[in-house]
Formats: sequence, structure tokens, C-alpha cells
Amino acid sequence: MTGNFPYLVVGILFVMGFIGIVFEKNLVKIAIAVSVVEAATNLFIITLGYRSGGSIPVWTMAGSGSSRMVLPTPQALTLTAIVIGLATTALMLSFAMSIYRHYGSLDVRDVRRLRG
Amino acid sequence: MSWQVHLPALLLAVPLLGAFLAPLTALGGKGLRNTWFVLVSAAFTMIAFLLWTRVGSTGTAIYVMGGQGWNLALPSGMSIPVRILMEVDAFSAFMVLLSAVAALAGALFSIGFMDRFSGLEKFVALYFLMVTGMFGMEITGDFFNFFVFLEISSVASFGLVAFWRDRGEALEAAFKYMLVSTLGALMVLVAVAFLYSKYNVVNMATLGKVIEWGMVEKTALVLFLTALAMKCGAVPMHMWMPDAYAEAPAGVTCALIAVSQASLYGLFRVTYTIFGAFMGSPVIPWVIIVLGVLSMFIGVSMAVIQKEVGRLIAYHSVSQVGYMLLGFGVGLLALSDARAMAEYGFTALKGGIYHIVNYTMYKGLLFLSAGALYYATGCRNLNDMGGLGRKMPKTMVLFMIAAAAIAGLPPFNGFVSKLYLYESTFAVHPILAVFAMVTSVLTLASFVKIFQTAFLGPALKKFENVREVPGTMLIGMSVLGVAILALSLFPTWSVNHLVEPAAKALVDQASYIGAVFAASLTGGGL
Repeated sequence: MTGNFPYLVVGILFVMGFIGIVFEKNLVKIAIAVSVVEAATNLFIITLGYRSGGSIPVWTMAGSGSSRMVLPTPQALTLTAIVIGLATTALMLSFAMSIYRHYGSLDVRDVRRLRG
Repeated sequence: MSWQVHLPALLLAVPLLGAFLAPLTALGGKGLRNTWFVLVSAAFTMIAFLLWTRVGSTGTAIYVMGGQGWNLALPSGMSIPVRILMEVDAFSAFMVLLSAVAALAGALFSIGFMDRFSGLEKFVALYFLMVTGMFGMEITGDFFNFFVFLEISSVASFGLVAFWRDRGEALEAAFKYMLVSTLGALMVLVAVAFLYSKYNVVNMATLGKVIEWGMVEKTALVLFLTALAMKCGAVPMHMWMPDAYAEAPAGVTCALIAVSQASLYGLFRVTYTIFGAFMGSPVIPWVIIVLGVLSMFIGVSMAVIQKEVGRLIAYHSVSQVGYMLLGFGVGLLALSDARAMAEYGFTALKGGIYHIVNYTMYKGLLFLSAGALYYATGCRNLNDMGGLGRKMPKTMVLFMIAAAAIAGLPPFNGFVSKLYLYESTFAVHPILAVFAMVTSVLTLASFVKIFQTAFLGPALKKFENVREVPGTMLIGMSVLGVAILALSLFPTWSVNHLVEPAAKALVDQASYIGAVFAASLTGGGL
């Protein structure tokens, strides 16, 4: 029995990631914060599909014995979201790397040629 | 049963195939790659046009992927659709058509414009991926796929914005754009999860049928609104827009505009089709209206002071998005009241939808002509330009058409959509119309400034060797120029055939929902 504990974790992770995005100055740390928000979102969807005492949502020929399964749809959604998240994180880090080459800094206060 | 029933699937398959075969065709040399680029773009434009005519004549089109039959929306024994469902109503078809035209123009323009650069097979592949994502957002029938396509188009466009990665500014713009987009997409996903938690469905039509008005729905709606307003560049989160639009290669910007319109489409799909008349309170419509007015005014006042051509035009995008938000907000405000809808709501909606097509066409053309100026002269700053009208007369004429259209000068299409908006918003509150008009005047002022500085004046010595841009670029620009002129010369036709069906489809929540559930009765067999 987990109760509402997972939702609490999701909320805390989401807020932490959001604070990171807004207040962090380092581009790599911002990328990490985005990943944290992503993890919170994925955890949220998985938690929604969880039924306490449920088994994995796979039909086998032998039969699982229990008719109670966790919902399969959220798991499929999360898998897709994880793959997308991986792609965006990789791209974001590579941008951070290239920005470092041009500006010689990862600090957002230095990366400010576009303004006004 | 004609092959045309498969058009929604083809619309996604053709650009996707184009994307994955682009690196292969590049092995055959530059000519083959460029031919492929044009061929696939022409193909998806054709498919978009056929889809639009088909939806116009036979009504909402349904397409099911992964099911036993293409039209079997409800598998036997199920009360909700569980497959990958695409649903194209008149509003979707309208959006698909105009996005396809913008993407075609961008592609034609890019051939000449990008000729000097290397790595173009990746450029073509990313371009088509972005187009796939954009079409997907516009025709998908469920929210999770909306998120997936949103991410496809976003990730591809990050790469395209940063295409000139030898410029630090391009990377900086791409990073900003990426941060806003990723956060927005995650918010969309959380909103989808909220709706899923209560109804166990992600299908739009089913959600529209069963939705109630409670705390979960309010949270989801606010998340959707925030995320999609961020993605289409409404004011509090607009700062990524001038950066990304000005730094991306011009052909890409032309397609990026259509991508941001797809986010706007998502916003109106959510508010009109899912929530629709359930949304009893006027809070959300007023939030949209206020966002619209702020975007209009702040966008245009930032634009007037810009010196870089690209950034100036990009700030106008913020203000033009404001017009559409204003029109749709007023339409939403009147949605639950039949009398108000007939009096001004529907006019506002028509104005908003008309403005979407006008905006995509003239803004695309403006960015392309700014790109042409950059291509010919190599400078971005207005203060360095002058007297280019003598050297580039064709670009000048095309720029004039677009500038007159965006400023809303009477014979042009921008005037018609703005007139609808003035009329209808005046009925809600006169101050809205006043803001819209002041914005229009400032828009005119800033385009007179570009025109006068860049094209008029004495010929400068440093531009002696400047030539008119190559033919493919002119063709790309002419596609949009001709579209603007056609919309301007036949305003009655375009309102009756383009805009009104789309507006009717948007307010007709029942038919969008009904199309999915009717498909289960007609589509029993294989």
C-alpha cells in the first residue's frame, strides 16, 4: 500500500526541476533540471496506471492466475516519453557543448548576445 | 472505395519517407537531393490539397492505424476508441493545406538559399521531419499522439534553428527555444495524464463526449493553455520567438511559422472541441483575450525599435499571434450564448481563422524576402542597407505585397481579416478594437521603415555587385506572393470556401465527436 506517497514525490520532483530551470545559471545544470521535470512527468503517468496488488500487464499462455493487472496504456505512454526525453536531453547537452565552444562559458549571464 | 480514404495516412507517410530517404538521395549528388526535396514537398502539398477537397465534399475523415480496418474506430465490444486514430475535420484540413503551402515555399526557397552550405542532406531530413510533426499535430485524433508529434516537430526544428552552428547566436537561440518547447511539451503531457487519470482515455472525441467541469479538468486546461500559448509565442513567454525566427535559415523560419500555427491549432482544439460549451465561466476566454491584446501591443512596440530585419519581422509575429488569440478568445466568450455567437462571436472566429491563413502567407513571404536581402548583401542590420530596390526589383515587389498585406492596407487580405476582428471585438468592448487598430498603425510604420531604409534611397557603393537572388528563391517567394494576391482578389471566395467551413467545424463540437462514434456503425467490416 503506497497511498498518495508517489504523488507527493512527483510534486516535489516537478517543483524542484522547475526551480532549477528558473534559477540555475549553468546550462548543464539547466539540462539536468529539465531531465528532473521529465522524470517527474514519467513517474506521474506510471503511478496513475498502478493498481495495488496488480501484476504485470502481459498475457501469457500459461495464464497469470490473477485477473488484476496494472494498466498497460500508461506504461506504453511512458516508454515513448522516455525515448523522446532521451533525445531532447542529448540534443540539449550537445547544444550546451557547442555554446561553450563559441562563448567560452556555460553561464547564462555570459551567453547573452541576443537581446532587445 | 477510392484510394483517397488513405490520404490522412499518406500525409504523414510521404514526408516521413522523404526524411529518411534524403541522406540516401544525397549520395547521388546535389541535383538528385534537390529534386527529391522539391518532389516530396510538391507531393505533400498535393496530398494536403486533395485531403482538403475531400473533407470539403464528404465531411470529416477518420483514419485508424493498427486496427483491422482503416475506418473501424471502435473495435467490436469496445465503447471507446483504442487505436491510433486520425480525425480530419474542415478546420484540420484547412490548417494542413496552409501549412503545406508554407512548407513548400520554404523548401523551394531553401534550395537556392542554402546552396552555399554543407550538410544539406541533414537539413532536408530535418525539414521533412519537422513537416511530418506539424501535419501530425493537425490531424491527430488523440492527445498522446499530439504530444508525440509536437515533440517530433520541436526536436527537428531545434536542429534547424541551430543549423548555422558556426554562429554562437544561432546556438543560443536554439537553446532558448528548446528550453521553452521542452517545458511546454512536458506540461502538455502532464495535462494529458490528468485527463487520463479521470477518464482513462486519451482520445479527443471521447474526452469531448464525457468531460465534466471539475478540478482535474481545470488543472489540465490551465496546463494546456500555458504550454500551447508558450509554444505559439504569446506575450509573457515570447522571448524565444524573435531569437529563433531571426537566427534560423529563412526557409526554415517560413515553415516554423506554420509549426507555431499548429500549436495554436492544438490550443483551439482543446478549448473548442474538448471543453467547448462546458466551460461556463468567462475566465478562460478573457485570459485568452488579454494574452492576445498584450501580445499585439508589446510585440509591435518591441518591433518598432529593432534594427535587424529578421528580429523586426519576428517581433511582428508576436503581435500577429495576438490578433488570432483575440479573435478566438472573443469567439470562445460567445460560444455558450447563441445570440452573442450570431451577433459577433462567429465573425470574430472567422476573423481569427482568416488571419491564420493570411498571417502564414505574408509572414512567410516577409521572412523569405528578409532572407533574400541577407543572401544578396550579407548584412542583417537595417542601418547598413540602402538603395537595394534598384538591384533587386523582384524581391522589392514581393516584399511590398507582403508588407501591404500585414499592415492591412485595403485591397489586401490582411485588411479583410482585421476588419472582421475590429467589428466583432468592438461589440465586446471598444478598447479591444482600439488596441487592434493602434497595433495595425504601428505595424504599417515599422514596415514603411524597412521598405524605405532597405530598398529606397541612393544606391550605395558597397552594393554595386549585388544581384537579384537566384530563380528558385524567387519561385519560393512567388508561391506565397501569388497566394496573398489570390486571397486579396477573391475575398468572398476565400471566406466562403476556406474560412467558413473551418469556423463552422470548430464550433460544431457534436459533429467532431459524432464522426468517431459513427465510424463504428458504418465500418463494421474489413
